[in-house]
Amino acid sequence: MPLLTYLEAIRQGLWEEMERDPSVFVIGEDIGVYGGAFKVTAGMLEEFGEDRVIDTPISESAIVGAAIGAALMGMRPVVEMQFMDFIACGFDQIVNMAAKLHYRWGPAVPMVIRGPSGAGVHGGPYHSQSNEMWFVHTPGLKVVAPASAYDAKGLIKSAIRDNNPVIFYEHKFLYRRIKEDVPDQDYVVPIGKAVVRRPGTDISVITYGAMVWTALEAASELEKEGLTLEVVDLRSLLPYDEETVLASTRKCSKVILLHEDTRTGGMGGELAAVIAEKAFEALDGPIVRVTAPDTPVPFAPPLEEYFLPNTQKVMEAARRLAAY
Amino acid sequence: MSTNVIMPQMGESIAEGTITKWMKKVGERVDRDEPLFEISTDKVDAEIPSPAAGLLTQILVKENETVAVNTVVAVIDGEGSAVAVPAATEPKPETAHQGPIHAAPQAAAHIPPPAAPTASEQIETGEDDVRTSPLVRRIARENNVDLGQVKGTGLGGRVNKKDILDFIEQRGPGTPVAPSAPAPAIAPTPSPVSFTGASQAVPMTPMRKQIAEHMVASLRTSAHVYTVVEAEMTRVVAARDRFKEEFERRHGIKLTFTSFFVRACVEAIKESPIINSSVDGTNIIYRRDVNIGIAVALENGLIVPVIKRADEKNFLGVARAVQDLADRARTKRLSVDDVQGGTFTITNPGSFGGLFGLPIINQPQVAIMGVGAIEKRPVVRDDAIAIRHMVYLSVSYDHRVIDGATAEKFMGRVKKILENWDEAVL
Repeated sequence: MPLLTYLEAIRQGLWEEMERDPSVFVIGEDIGVYGGAFKVTAGMLEEFGEDRVIDTPISESAIVGAAIGAALMGMRPVVEMQFMDFIACGFDQIVNMAAKLHYRWGPAVPMVIRGPSGAGVHGGPYHSQSNEMWFVHTPGLKVVAPASAYDAKGLIKSAIRDNNPVIFYEHKFLYRRIKEDVPDQDYVVPIGKAVVRRPGTDISVITYGAMVWTALEAASELEKEGLTLEVVDLRSLLPYDEETVLASTRKCSKVILLHEDTRTGGMGGELAAVIAEKAFEALDGPIVRVTAPDTPVPFAPPLEEYFLPNTQKVMEAARRLAAY
Repeated sequence: MSTNVIMPQMGESIAEGTITKWMKKVGERVDRDEPLFEISTDKVDAEIPSPAAGLLTQILVKENETVAVNTVVAVIDGEGSAVAVPAATEPKPETAHQGPIHAAPQAAAHIPPPAAPTASEQIETGEDDVRTSPLVRRIARENNVDLGQVKGTGLGGRVNKKDILDFIEQRGPGTPVAPSAPAPAIAPTPSPVSFTGASQAVPMTPMRKQIAEHMVASLRTSAHVYTVVEAEMTRVVAARDRFKEEFERRHGIKLTFTSFFVRACVEAIKESPIINSSVDGTNIIYRRDVNIGIAVALENGLIVPVIKRADEKNFLGVARAVQDLADRARTKRLSVDDVQGGTFTITNPGSFGGLFGLPIINQPQVAIMGVGAIEKRPVVRDDAIAIRHMVYLSVSYDHRVIDGATAEKFMGRVKKILENWDEAVL
C-alpha cells in the first residue's frame, strides 16, 4: 500500500469520487489554478476541468449557497473553506438552508463542506479555531473529524456519498505530519462509528482529531508507569458513536474527555452528559475534561502552547484520576 | 490555653442564632458542660454548655445580639486540666453535641435534628460511610463484600474499583461460595411468621441469602451431571455395631457413619485426583490436600465445615474432626477458617430419610457426594433374596472436567471400599 500523508489521502478520496461520479465537483477559493491554500486540490483542475473545479470570489455565503442550489438539482458539491474559521461567513446558508431544507420540504441536500481547522501552527485566532461544535449543535447536519490518513480518505468518500450536508473537519496540523499506508482502492469509513485506537483498562480517553495522537502518546508514556489508557477516536461528532463511548466507559470506569476545542459547550460536555445519564453506575470517579481554556487561540507561540492540551496535561489528569 | 466558644449550629438549615442570656459573667469560673449561655434560633431555643473548663475571660457577643453560626461568642481561659479546643481550631459545632441540649419549653415540640456530624465522626466506618462510588457498591453487593473491610487506596482513603477487585481476588473464589462464609456467626433465629394476610414477606437471613446466591451461581457455573450407585453396608454396619461403645468410651467420640464415608471418599480420591480439583478459566487446579466438607443442617440453614487434610488422618482422626466440626457448627462456634478451603463435599440427605439426593456442587469444587438413608433392603445374593443394609450414594460432578467414566470409577471405588470395609476402627 502506498504511504500517503493525511492531506494526500483526502486528495485521493476526492479524486476517486470525482472519477467515480460525474455529479461530484469541488468549489472554493483558489482551489483551481492555485490548487488550494494547502494544495489539497492540486492537479484537479488539469484533470477534471474548470466546470468541476470551480474557483470562486471571496464570499463563503455565496459559495455555500451555490453548492446548496447544485445539491438540490442533483449534484454532489464539495465546498472547500480555505480555513474553517471563515465558515462563519456562510453560517446562515449552512444552518438555516442546508441543514433544514430536507426537514422543511423533503429534498436531499447531498453536499460536503470541508476545510482545515485546529491550532498548533501559530496561525493566531482567525486561522486556528476548532469550531465544530457550532454544527454539532445543528440538527440536520453531519459532522466528522478524522484523525488518521486512512480515516480521512474513507470518511471523505462517505461524506460525499451521504445524502445529508456533511461538515468535514480536517486538522491542518496533521496535513503533512501523519503518513500512513492507505489503500489506493475504493473503501469507505462509516459516519457515526468510533474506533478504539488503543485498548486499555484503567482510564478511557475519548477524543478526536489531532488530540487522538496526543492521547496515544500519553498512553504509551503512562504504560511505563503501569497505567493503561484506552484511546477512543470518535471520528464522527454528529452523529457520534454512543455505543462505543459507553462500552469503553463501562470497561474502564474512569473517563477523560479530551479535545482541542475550548471547554464550555465543547464535545466533552455532551459526552459527559450522556455518560452520566446512561453509565452512571459504571463510573468510579469524576468525568474529567482536558480541553483548551475558554479563550481565543493565542498567536504568540508560547501562549499557544500553553493554550493547547498536550501529552503532559493528559498524563497529569490521568495520574490524578487514577489515584482517585 | 484558651478556648473559643462559638455559636453552635443547631440544625442543618440554621445559619444564625441570637444570644438571649449569658449565665456567667466575665471573670467567673465555668466547668466543662456547665450551661454557659442561652440562644434562640429560627427553630429552637437552647442552653449551650461550656466546651471547656476555665475562666470566662471575654464575652464577645452581648445578649440579644444575633450572629452567624460559628461566630466566636466568648473566650474561656483554660486551667490546664481542661481538654480545650485550641483557639485556632476550626470551629466545630461541638458544643451542640457535647452536653445535652435543653430545649426551652416553648420549642420543646420542635427539636431539630442534631447538627451535621463533624468530619472526624464521618471517618469512623460502618459500611454506609465508606467513601466510594455506586460502581464499587454494586460490585460489593454482588460479591457479598463488606466495604468496611476493604482498604481504600484512593483519594482520602476512597475505595475505588481496583481496591475492591483486588480484595475479591485475594479473598479467592472459594470464600463466597455456599454456606461456607462466616455467616454462621450470625445466629439465624427462626423468625416465626405471624400471618396478617394470606401471605407474609419475611426477609431472608444473611445465611439464607448466601445459600440462595451460591446455589444459583453454582448451577450457572458447573455442568452438573449426576450418578447414583448402591452400596452394601453390611461390613460397615457390623464394624460400627461392634465398636461403637468401646470407641466412645475410649475416645469420647461417637462412632458415626459419616466417618466411614469420609474415609472411603478420601481413599477413592487418591486414585481419582480430578475429583479433588477446581476450574480456573481454562486451567484445572489440582489440590494436594484433600479437604472434605461436611454439610451440617442447622435450624434455619446449612453450613459446611471442612476437615482439613483429611488424607493425612486415620479413622480416629477423621472421626474426631467430624464430631468437633459438627458440634461447633450446631453451637455456632465455627471460625471462618473452619468453613474455607474444602476440595470435596459430602452431604447427607439420608439423615432425614431421603433415599438419595442430587446435590448442587459447592463451588469451586467439582464434585459432591450425597449419602442416602441406610436401610435394610432385599437384594439378590447368589441367586437368593437376602436382607442387607444398603445405601444409595449419589454424586453430582462437573462435566467440564469430570467425564462419566471417571465419576463412575470414583464411585465404584467408594462403593468397593465400603462393601469390603477392613480398616481398623478403634
